[in-house]
Amino acid sequence: MKRRGFLAAAGAAFVAGCNKIADSDAGGRLLSAAEKWHMSAHRLLTDRTALAPEYPRSAVSPDFRGNGSVDPTNGDYPRHLEEGFANWRLEVRGLVASPLSLTLDNLRKLPQRTQITRHDCVEGWSAIGEWTGPQLSLLLEAAGVLPEAKFIVFRCADNLNGQDYYESVDLVDAYHPQTIVAHLLNGKPLPVKNGAPLRMRIERQLGYKHAKYLTAIEAVASLDGVGGGQGGYWEDRAGYQWYAGI
Amino acid sequence: MKRHALSTRLWHWLNLICVVVLFMSGLTISNAHRRLYWGDWGFAVEQAWLIVPRFPDWMTIPGYYSLSIARDWHILVAWPFAVGLLFMWVAMIANRHFRRDIETRPEDWRASAIKHDIAKHLRFDFEPETGKYNFLQKVAYGLVLGVFLPMMIATGIAISPGMEPTFGWMVDLLGGRQSARSLHFIFAFAIAAFFVVHLVLVVLAGPIHQIRGMITGGRHEA
Repeated sequence: MKRRGFLAAAGAAFVAGCNKIADSDAGGRLLSAAEKWHMSAHRLLTDRTALAPEYPRSAVSPDFRGNGSVDPTNGDYPRHLEEGFANWRLEVRGLVASPLSLTLDNLRKLPQRTQITRHDCVEGWSAIGEWTGPQLSLLLEAAGVLPEAKFIVFRCADNLNGQDYYESVDLVDAYHPQTIVAHLLNGKPLPVKNGAPLRMRIERQLGYKHAKYLTAIEAVASLDGVGGGQGGYWEDRAGYQWYAGI
Repeated sequence: MKRHALSTRLWHWLNLICVVVLFMSGLTISNAHRRLYWGDWGFAVEQAWLIVPRFPDWMTIPGYYSLSIARDWHILVAWPFAVGLLFMWVAMIANRHFRRDIETRPEDWRASAIKHDIAKHLRFDFEPETGKYNFLQKVAYGLVLGVFLPMMIATGIAISPGMEPTFGWMVDLLGGRQSARSLHFIFAFAIAAFFVVHLVLVVLAGPIHQIRGMITGGRHEA
C-alpha cells in the first residue's frame, strides 16, 4: 500500500508538471503545433488524391454503430423524418458563384460513387459500411467555388448539448475522390442514427469529421467566424484536433 | 573510456520521458473505449477479445478524463519518441554499441549457456563473464530496441487514418486496423513490464552507481 501511495504521488507530481506545461502559452502552442506537423507529414507522404482502403462486400460489419447524435428531436428534423425527407434541401452556399438548393432526388440523379470503407471513431472503434452518393467535388464545381475560398463547412440539422453540429475540411479533402455526400448505407437510405437523410464521408479522417444530418455546404475563406472558430463542434466544445487524420 | 556513450545517455533519458508521457496519455485514450478487437473492425462487447479495466485518474495524463488533451500529448510526444529511436539506432550502429554489446552470438543461445545465465541471475549475480551485458540483458535490450519500441511506432502509424492511403500494406500486415490497435496496447504493456523489471534490477544492482553511470557515463571498470 505504501509503494502504491508513493507511485500515486509520483504520478500526480508528474501529471501536475505536464498540466503546467499544457496550460502555459508556449506549451499550449507546442501541443497544437504537433497536430500541424502530423498533417504536414501525412500530406508529404500521401498524394492528395490517394485513396483510403476499400473493402469487398464480405467485409461489411453486421451493424454500423451510431455515435454522438443518434436521434435528433430538435427543430424541423422530426417533421422531415415523418415526411420521409421529401422536403429536405441541401444548400451549397457561401463563396460560390451560383448557390444551389438541392432535393434528395436532385442528388440521386447525379453520377454516384459507391465505396466500402472503414469508419474509425476517435474513441477507438471501427465499423465498415458501403456508402453511396455524389462526390462533393461535383457539387462544388456546379456551384463554382470562388478562388478566395479555403475551407468547406458542413452544416447539420442536429443540435447536441445545445450547440448546432458542424464540421469543416480544407480543399484537399473537399475535392478528394472519396469525399461523397452519402444518402445510402449498404444500399438502403441512411438510418437515422447514421445521419439520415445525408451525411458526409471524409474517408481519410476520424468519424467526427463525417458530418451527419447535412443541411448545407458552405465555402468560406476562414474558419474564424464559423461557430466557435475552431472548425467543428467537437473542436469548439472539447478541443479535439481539427486535422483528424491521426 | 566511458561505460555509456553520450548518445546512449541522451537517448535513454529522452526516451524515458517520452515513454512515460505516451503511456500515461495512452491510458486516457484507452479509457475512451475500453475494448480491444482483432481484425479490421469492432465496436461492440460481443466482438471484443478483451475488456480493459478503467485506468484511475492518478495513472493518466492529464489526470482527469479528457480524450482531446490526452491525444494532444500523445501526438506531440510521438515525435521525439520516434525521431529519438531513429537517432539511437543510427548512433549505436555507427559507434558499434549494437554489434559489440547487444548483438548475441550463436554460442549464447546454447541451452547450457542460457541455463547458466538464468542461474546466475537468480543468485543476483549480474556481472557478465565477457563483454558489457550478459545474455538475458542482451535479449531484453535487443527486444526493447528492435521490437517493442519500433512496433509502437508501426502500430501507431497503422491506426492513423490519414496514413493509411500510403501505409495500407502495413495495416494489412498487422492484421487490420483493430488488430493494430490491439498490438499497440500489447506492446505498450510489454514496455511497461520491461520498465518495471529494469527498475527492480537497477535497484538490486546498486541504484546510485547505475543511475550515475547513465548520467555521467561512468568509468569502465576492467
